[in-house]
Amino acid sequence: MKKFSFHSCGNYREDYAEELKIFETYFGRICLGLFLILFFAVAPFVVSAYMLYILNMIGIAAIAAIGLNILIGYTGQISLGHGAFFGVGAYAAAILATRLGLGFYLAIPAAGIITALVGMIFGIPSGRLKGLYLTIATLAGQFIIEYVLIHWDSLTKGTMGITLPAPKIIQWEIAGDKAFFFLIFISLVLMTWFAVNIMRSKYGRAFIAIRDNDRAAEGMGIPIFRYKLLSFAISSFYAGFAGALWAYYMISITTEPFNLGLSVEFIAMVIIGGLGNIPGAIFGATFITLLNEFLRFFTGLLMNIGFVVSFGLNMAPLREFTFGLVIVLFILLEPRGLAELWRIARSSFRLWPFSY
Amino acid sequence: MDFFLQLLVNGVCVGLLYGISAMGFVMIFKSSSVLNFAHGELLALGAFFFLALISWAKLPILIAFVLTLVGSFILGFLIEKFFLRPLIGEKLIFVIMLTVGLAAMFKGFILLIWGGNLHTYPEFLSESIALKLGSIYIAPVYTATLIISIIFLVLFGLFFKKSAQGIYMRSVADNQKAALSLGVHVRRVFALSWAIAALVASMSGIVLGIINGVNVHDLSSIGLKVFPVVILGGLDSIGGAIVGGIIIGLLETFTGGYLSPSLRDVVPYIVLVLILLVKPYGLFGLVEIERV
Repeated sequence: MKKFSFHSCGNYREDYAEELKIFETYFGRICLGLFLILFFAVAPFVVSAYMLYILNMIGIAAIAAIGLNILIGYTGQISLGHGAFFGVGAYAAAILATRLGLGFYLAIPAAGIITALVGMIFGIPSGRLKGLYLTIATLAGQFIIEYVLIHWDSLTKGTMGITLPAPKIIQWEIAGDKAFFFLIFISLVLMTWFAVNIMRSKYGRAFIAIRDNDRAAEGMGIPIFRYKLLSFAISSFYAGFAGALWAYYMISITTEPFNLGLSVEFIAMVIIGGLGNIPGAIFGATFITLLNEFLRFFTGLLMNIGFVVSFGLNMAPLREFTFGLVIVLFILLEPRGLAELWRIARSSFRLWPFSY
Repeated sequence: MDFFLQLLVNGVCVGLLYGISAMGFVMIFKSSSVLNFAHGELLALGAFFFLALISWAKLPILIAFVLTLVGSFILGFLIEKFFLRPLIGEKLIFVIMLTVGLAAMFKGFILLIWGGNLHTYPEFLSESIALKLGSIYIAPVYTATLIISIIFLVLFGLFFKKSAQGIYMRSVADNQKAALSLGVHVRRVFALSWAIAALVASMSGIVLGIINGVNVHDLSSIGLKVFPVVILGGLDSIGGAIVGGIIIGLLETFTGGYLSPSLRDVVPYIVLVLILLVKPYGLFGLVEIERV
């Protein structure tokens, strides 16, 4: 019967299989199901077009953040190159769609796989390097990829950018925020499902072992270089997949957005959401995207009042400052991120309403 | 041949600048093994503070210079005290992202106050220290840079070799626990190294500002250029920073001159990856062999 309770009020786990369960009670499973049904049935038809756009951006960012969380949060390898990987995915999808005329259902996964290969190439230094040396190597990767995207004119059309055709299923064209909402969020649900489950498998356990103590992991017979590469591949696949979705959604892409700032933003999502926590990555993506939109709205408001114009202020510095402040405050005050806050909120309901 | 020589001289000059920009970075890494992504912003803060003192407050150059150094010394101390100290012993990702967050904050702050435009200092170096070797001309700023960097190199060399604080710093860098148990005040060493690093950073920010003008975007991108330099020279070697800086500077100007100007900015990073794969501890860095 305890399975039907709101929240188990203690630790009743008896074996490893129970430890691995995603949902402790049926209640959680039902809640998530209801939430998803409501979300898909109601959200796209109720909210305004602008809100729908924000939701879509959150969905795309969440896919990339989940991927990065597999690398940083679970495997403990820091990558400063995910903004560039996101760009590789976007460009791969754009080139496959325009040059080869592939449909989106092939182009997006193919873009993910291409990005995974690129990610593995930049993960090779992890065989010799770790910690901050690896971080610097991925930083170099970011700059090298950016350079290639801009200067390989014959393939990427350089600074001109590429315009993508609208994705089509036979005749039905996916266009507009509403159609993309379903494409993006169905992908997000599938990707989340995959990520949560891979962390319960042999691979996930190996990743965590490498993060916690790489020497011990090696000693226990985990081939750590292979697993690090695999982790790089999976997380770049996520980044590339998200980038490809983004490219289709934006219709036309240029090289500008895929800079170091984007990489930093993804890492900020992972940290603010909670390292080593898949739902946390979604929280973090939501938080950062909303923060960006809020600051845009807020500075726009100040401009309209005419309060700021006299200082010659624009949005960028305030956004930059607040973004930095939020990262610093989270690291200093709640390094485990929003996921931890969510856990605390939930566990305060453990004995509710009969707490003592 | 003239072209070659001019490139050589330019490369060495640019490289020296990279070298002194990197010195502060190396100081922080050496004593507290923190990878400081806010280094470019520290350079910019120093440069803008100096700008404010000489063009707004109209102070004499020397007083403004000393005030800037004192101000940045205090700033470095405060950064360590409020932001880095709570993170001692935390995971690497938190430390890195904290400095990234600080970088964003500083950059936003500078943009808020001074905007993103190019500012210039009033001319104050006399033409008499310019060097002319045949057809090659070395601008007075570069001569000044050369002199300043040599002075600082010697000063730091003496500081680390002779003074008590310098020896404490090296001992902390070598082994924190052992230093602590021998009575070294580790926290003070951290604070001092941040303070000195910020001081060096603002000094190099001022030099860069004299040469290229003061622009927050340019200065903060120098903070990223520092990485190839320090990796090449060895993350914990101050002399290595200068040598690495000169090599990277030469590499950049020669690629820019002979191959293609667009390749110029990415070559240091390609070299960076190669060095990391072949000789991760750089030319002069301390080798810690770990085969996992």
